[in-house]
Amino acid sequence: MAQRQISYREAVAEAIIEEMTRDDRVFLMGEDIAVVGGAFGATKGILAAFGEERVMDTPISETAIVGYAVGAAMTGLRPVVEIMRCDWMTICMDEIVNQAAKMRYFTAGRPEMAMVIRTATEGGIGLGAQHSQSFEAWFAHIPGLKVVMPSTPYDVKGLLKSAIRDPNPVIFMEPIILYGTSGPVPKEDYTIPLGQADVKREGKDATIVCWGAVTSRVMNAAKMLADEGIDTEVIDIRTIRPLDIEAILASVRKTGRLVVAHEANKTGGFGAEIVAQVQEKAFDHLDAPIQRVAANDVLIPINRNLELMVLPREEQVIAGVKAVL
Amino acid sequence: MAIEKEKLLSMFRTMVRIRRFEERVSSEFKAGNIPGSVHVYIGEEAIASGALAHLRTEDYIVSNHRGHGHLLAKGGDPKRAMAELFAKKTGYCLGKGGSMHIADLDIGMLGAAGIVGSGIPVATGAGLSAVMRGTDQVTACFFGDGASNIGRFHEGINLAAVWCLPVIFICENNLWAVSVPTSCSLAIHDIADRAAGYGIPGVVVDGQDVMAVHEVMGEAVARARNGGGPTLIEAKTYRYHGHFEGDAGTYRPQEEIDAWLKRDPIKLFQEKLLEMKVLTEEKAKEIDEAALAEMDEAVKFALESPFPRPEETLDNVYA
Repeated sequence: MAQRQISYREAVAEAIIEEMTRDDRVFLMGEDIAVVGGAFGATKGILAAFGEERVMDTPISETAIVGYAVGAAMTGLRPVVEIMRCDWMTICMDEIVNQAAKMRYFTAGRPEMAMVIRTATEGGIGLGAQHSQSFEAWFAHIPGLKVVMPSTPYDVKGLLKSAIRDPNPVIFMEPIILYGTSGPVPKEDYTIPLGQADVKREGKDATIVCWGAVTSRVMNAAKMLADEGIDTEVIDIRTIRPLDIEAILASVRKTGRLVVAHEANKTGGFGAEIVAQVQEKAFDHLDAPIQRVAANDVLIPINRNLELMVLPREEQVIAGVKAVL
Repeated sequence: MAIEKEKLLSMFRTMVRIRRFEERVSSEFKAGNIPGSVHVYIGEEAIASGALAHLRTEDYIVSNHRGHGHLLAKGGDPKRAMAELFAKKTGYCLGKGGSMHIADLDIGMLGAAGIVGSGIPVATGAGLSAVMRGTDQVTACFFGDGASNIGRFHEGINLAAVWCLPVIFICENNLWAVSVPTSCSLAIHDIADRAAGYGIPGVVVDGQDVMAVHEVMGEAVARARNGGGPTLIEAKTYRYHGHFEGDAGTYRPQEEIDAWLKRDPIKLFQEKLLEMKVLTEEKAKEIDEAALAEMDEAVKFALESPFPRPEETLDNVYA
């Protein structure tokens, strides 16, 4: 029998419903998440399943939403909050960086700071400069946070369930362009450990490391390269922090060539961290300088054609791979 | 309603203990035994002592950068607090947090804070948590006049009001946000007036009068426990020292300082208790000597405690 196919957004909702059923300390809070089921439909049906005591629409107060979650987590609950757009995480950075991430260290490891901040990230659907950014590199910079960005419906269900069970604050980033995409997702309970990369395609000529929405474009590029006889290995790191550097190193030791692709801006992007770690740990295995494929260092224009020019496409991935061969 | 004698004495004892603790903090800071930035509560003791006399161990408090008094009034241990100020391993945060990050989950103390106003939404979250868990715990949130001008004040109190949460917001208005007087940062006279904007009661109280604080807090706690929602209490007070230890506070006019020193909360309460015949001069002396001895012990404990070992630096970043 063919495996059940559901959308990325349905997989998000299914993960939350399963975890809320499993643990009555888990609850949801955010803007427009209850009655309308989220700006992108990822929490649809959850209010009906659990009621308004556990699924709460909040005022437009990003700062305080994360602050409420910190207070709730310190007192034994496991909040899952939504900040509608990653761009607006800037509004609650103090709560994320100075409160959530630091509470355990301050307090001798006492409170279990189990909280998840979900957010829709990245661009590609014409939402413009304040609705299309992806700040995973900022969050990855902060000790105390875990950062996750799944690229498939299967991964998002398994990783979100792990994030909700994790005793640390987790920034859970859902690429907006992926909500409508579908894929096989088991109906039963399963988890994917945080910090475990996934080899999405095996190959021997070059390694492409990626995450988020660019992953599907990388997979397309890998097929096009295969038609030319170039056999690439694609590694989706899935979790930004903790980073599964061992999976990357194992692949680089095999192929000797590395391209890192992400949708966030190139300068200061998380790709730079991967490049740095690989040269520290596997310099002798590299046969060519590592290439980065990322967004141009500009803001995301509202014009569709211009947006496509800014974000990395198959063409740039292919050029990146050819540069390391 | 009359306060029973034991409770009056207990509040007096708390005020004296806080004063003596903070005096030692100040002198140990001068002696170079305390690293970082330290803000003492001297002059404001009546607020924590009067307000927290209503709270149970399982109730929560959220504190701020001037938090030693809140901690002690909630039942915190001066030894572990002093050790933390000295950055010793026996301190509340294992010597890694310092003055502005002390928390004690066993007594519901959810933490001091180094960022102005950050505790306000956290307190709302603790209030929400109490309701969701079906307890009658209340949360008291302390912050200063400066914090009432930051966005979190609005966001945190607004939702507590909308959801009718059991949180008491206590603004300790000591008239100065570091060097900026409230006359330059507020276009209103009473911060408590802002409560009207959230549809909750706002009360102004003399923060130097512990019995007055006790009275308004009693009403606020009863309202919170009975599902009546939050209250904003503004306690007018004054810090005797600068904003932090080492800040001479020269921006404040001497006449203003002198006027407030005349209304010292401990002196006022002691006179009142003597007049009420709840306290005698001997008993007052006894309480003070006990506090001095307790704080000597705390300093001795802190001095003799070991520093954390370098290899402990990386502990507790992640669970």
